[in-house]
Amino acid sequence: MLNIDSIENGIVIDHITAGRSMRVYDLLELDKLDTCVAIIKNAKSEKFGKKDIIKIEGATDIDLDVLGFIDDRATVCIIRDGKLVEKKRPTLPQKLVNIVSCKNPRCITSVEKVDQVFYLCDEKAHRYRCRYCEQEYKK
Amino acid sequence: MRHLIDPLDFTRQETDRLLELAENIIQSPGAYAHRCAGKILGALFFEPSTRTRLSFESAMLRLGGQVLGFSDAGSSSASKGESVADTIRMVSAYADIAAMRHFKEGAPFVASRYAKIPVINAGDGGHQHPTQTLTDMFAIRRRRGKVDGMTIGLCGDLKFGRTVHSLIKSLVRYENVRFIFISPEELRVPGYIVKEVVEPSGHRWEEARAMEEVMPELDILYMTRVQRERFFNEEDYVRLKDSYVLTPEKLRAAKPDLSIMHPLPRVNEIAPEVDNDSRAVYFEQAKGGVYVRMALILTLLGLEKGILDGEEA
Repeated sequence: MLNIDSIENGIVIDHITAGRSMRVYDLLELDKLDTCVAIIKNAKSEKFGKKDIIKIEGATDIDLDVLGFIDDRATVCIIRDGKLVEKKRPTLPQKLVNIVSCKNPRCITSVEKVDQVFYLCDEKAHRYRCRYCEQEYKK
Repeated sequence: MRHLIDPLDFTRQETDRLLELAENIIQSPGAYAHRCAGKILGALFFEPSTRTRLSFESAMLRLGGQVLGFSDAGSSSASKGESVADTIRMVSAYADIAAMRHFKEGAPFVASRYAKIPVINAGDGGHQHPTQTLTDMFAIRRRRGKVDGMTIGLCGDLKFGRTVHSLIKSLVRYENVRFIFISPEELRVPGYIVKEVVEPSGHRWEEARAMEEVMPELDILYMTRVQRERFFNEEDYVRLKDSYVLTPEKLRAAKPDLSIMHPLPRVNEIAPEVDNDSRAVYFEQAKGGVYVRMALILTLLGLEKGILDGEEA
């Protein structure tokens, strides 16, 4: 069993779908932090069998929209003085700004420096569409 | 400030009112001849166009206004690498309203976000063409008197055909419309148009590969051209370009009051012999585009007020 220290103050992103932690790490730009960040892959989960976990020492807030887009199953635990003080569940964001890019070569965003904006077009299927050309985003 | 970027930017009621205004202009053109005196239309055509550009210019001139602009990207500052945002900022200082055609999808939407004047999407890549949609709706209104209850066959390039996508979005706002999508497998109507536009509205739809199969059922047949400029691969274009050709023989099975529409230009998809058939609407449809664009310019400039209420123009 691998032991990772508990954090005193910070955030634990728990119940990340196994295998998605690096994508969460990249899109939340955790590489830019100079505090301690632990990524645990394929941890045992009673509910899901396997899960990923990210522990971020010293963080006080994260972009729940980004997290909701990547993995709306994850939970965000806020830790203060070693105690869980708040638990948040991300929801699927209605709009994504500069999180993903349109891959349609005919889209104006391929040549113009504008925000990459996608809107949720089908909540059940988690489908997003480019605000400019309406091309569907495919992961 | 109002823009027209997507056909749904106007409600059904606003669309009906605009088409009513276009009808009024046909009936009393003299009353509108000076409505836009002192106003300038910026015709920003980054992609070649004959019909749309000339009809916009004609519309503004018939309203007593003036036109400036360019007719291809090579003669604009875009060839020097200027952004759409900067171009429209500049044009906002030179004109009172702009019509933009662009080969990049979403370009007129970007322009509308930076413009200080109303922007009209005059066609953006394979995406939307809302003024063609208004023109199509006007032709249906004039020829059929209604949209409700019609069986409408859309034939040809339903994948890249922007006029088709825009028209479907507008038609679903009416009652009991039945869509028949006639296309080769490779040019089928995009799944999102069916799933997000047609199905939620509750209208019936079906697909066909041969127009002969469904001809007797149609009230309206909307033909489209397979567009060379939408293909990355010339071979695919050559293989698909003559998938459907409407001939007098195929029309024998059609209803006597069928309306044959086409956004034009056509290439081979409607045989010239069909032009003399009383069911051919397409030239009448194109002519209506000028009046629709006149009504649109007046509406976006806020100069339509009072006209339909009987106030003297």
